[in-house]
Amino acid sequence: MALLEVAGLRAAYGPTRVLHGISFELAEGSITTVLGANGAGKTTTLRALCGMVRTEGEIRFGGRRIDGRATEDIVRLGIAHVPDGRGTFVNLTTEENLRLGAYTRKDRPEVETDLERMFAYFPRLKERRAQQAGTLSGGEQQMLAVSRALMLKPTLLLLDEPSFGLAPLLVREIFEIMRTINQRERVSILLVEQNAAMALDLAEHAYLIETGRVVLSGPADAIKRDEAVRRSYLGY
Amino acid sequence: MDALIHQVLAGLATGGIYASVALALVMIYQATHLVNFAQGELAMFCTYLAWTLINAGFGYWPAFLLTVGLAFVLGVVIERVVIRPVENSPVLAVVVVFIGLLVILNSIAVWIYTGTIKTFPSPFPTEPLFGNKFMSSHEIGAIVVTLIMLLLLYAFFRFTPLGLAMRAAAQNPASAKLVGIRVGWMLALGWGLAAAIGAVAGMMVAPIVFLEPNMMGGILLYAFAAALVGGVDSPGGAVFGGFLVGVLENVLGAFVIGNELKLAVALVLIIGVLVVKPSGFFGKVHITRV
Ligand SMILES: Nc1ncnc2c1ncn2[C@@H]1O[C@H](COP(=O)(O)OP(=O)(O)OP(=O)(O)O)[C@@H](O)[C@H]1O
Ligand SMILES: [Mg+2]
Repeated sequence: MALLEVAGLRAAYGPTRVLHGISFELAEGSITTVLGANGAGKTTTLRALCGMVRTEGEIRFGGRRIDGRATEDIVRLGIAHVPDGRGTFVNLTTEENLRLGAYTRKDRPEVETDLERMFAYFPRLKERRAQQAGTLSGGEQQMLAVSRALMLKPTLLLLDEPSFGLAPLLVREIFEIMRTINQRERVSILLVEQNAAMALDLAEHAYLIETGRVVLSGPADAIKRDEAVRRSYLGY
Repeated sequence: MDALIHQVLAGLATGGIYASVALALVMIYQATHLVNFAQGELAMFCTYLAWTLINAGFGYWPAFLLTVGLAFVLGVVIERVVIRPVENSPVLAVVVVFIGLLVILNSIAVWIYTGTIKTFPSPFPTEPLFGNKFMSSHEIGAIVVTLIMLLLLYAFFRFTPLGLAMRAAAQNPASAKLVGIRVGWMLALGWGLAAAIGAVAGMMVAPIVFLEPNMMGGILLYAFAAALVGGVDSPGGAVFGGFLVGVLENVLGAFVIGNELKLAVALVLIIGVLVVKPSGFFGKVHITRV
């Protein structure tokens, strides 16, 4: 059974329909990527999974229906979301931001260990520990968003363009960290990315969406070789 | 000189009251960007509750603590029942709800307790402490109570996970939900805390101004001034503003413009700050992108 099963997902902002019946699956322990042009509905798909927009259709997580539930409750099931725009608590310190990520956890001592683990992943954040998060650079805030999500100890990690605004070296680093947490901590990952080449290298499975519909899906290798994908998203 | 010292110290005592009410206003403003016009009446109403408890035979401090607890619950209930349904309504609609709340609390107080002025006891001795000639025991006591409350609040918001969650929910509700914080309940807790702070302020000021349904009217105006002076989104600023306004009010009232025009000080301050420095001394300057 897949960890996440989405069937006929529709979503709208007011009168504007954005998702027109999207279906996809994510296998437990896997990395799946969702690709698509600007405005295709990738961010909306992630928002829909977290109950941040009104939806129709079925969303199952670990077999349980989660559509229609409040965001706070979905998060408590172990779904962490690195949102579009990073979602930094700008007036709080870096450390406070990270601690908030663990807000729902009860295992205090392990939270401390995880905090140190995040600082090991991103030493920059340790240096900026007591600094107001709003004063961090865009890239640092992106690292903070990823670490904040990991502090939840999620089963499923939703990432909305984690490489956005990062220098190439850091992009590679973030992708490496994603691979590590996927392999070592068995965190399943749903990755939305503009950087299709890297996303396809990392992921096992890929979906391509266009204007709110899935137009192509399959193993990442196969998608990478797809003629149209190559021309539109990989640029060669 | 003695007269001046006396007025400054008396100003600090009332300033503490303004600081508390201003802090309550700022807390709700930070979380909702709304100014709770009913804050004063809520405090007045809770002071009547304390009066009832004391008359029913409770000792002062048990009645005090019980009132703080009841005020907290009342604040939470008001948020859940009255404010929450209009949460997403236009600002004007919410303001109308606040004013309705103000009028209702006032009329209920008049209905239950009649409008006649009542004396409210002070827990502090009647003769001045340490034989000082500047401040009454109640003034000193009120300052101490206010400072203890402010310290407790500071510690709560600064050092507890719940306090951190409340700050997060006020700042960035969407992100707060994404880490699992129940933002709606945090707002309700904020209302509860604000009501409890108001209740303490009401109980501390009632022995000075006497207990009557309109006792908080002037105080609310001073608290607005204090919140604006400090910066309406800065809790520390609101507290500073409260003490400043209290001292200014007393000193100017005694030596410059006379007691009758004291309230004008608040109004002048409000207008002055809005014209000269709308963000207050400690507030953040908001720059709107065009
Ligand atoms: N809050 C909103 N209100 C109204 N329309 C919205 C809102 N957010 C997104 N949309 C619209 O929904 C559509 C899909 O947006 P979405 O953000 O999901 O795209 P995306 O695939 O994430 O794009 P990008 O790659 O640019 O991030 C777009 O046409 C957008 O204009
Ligand atoms: Mg997007």
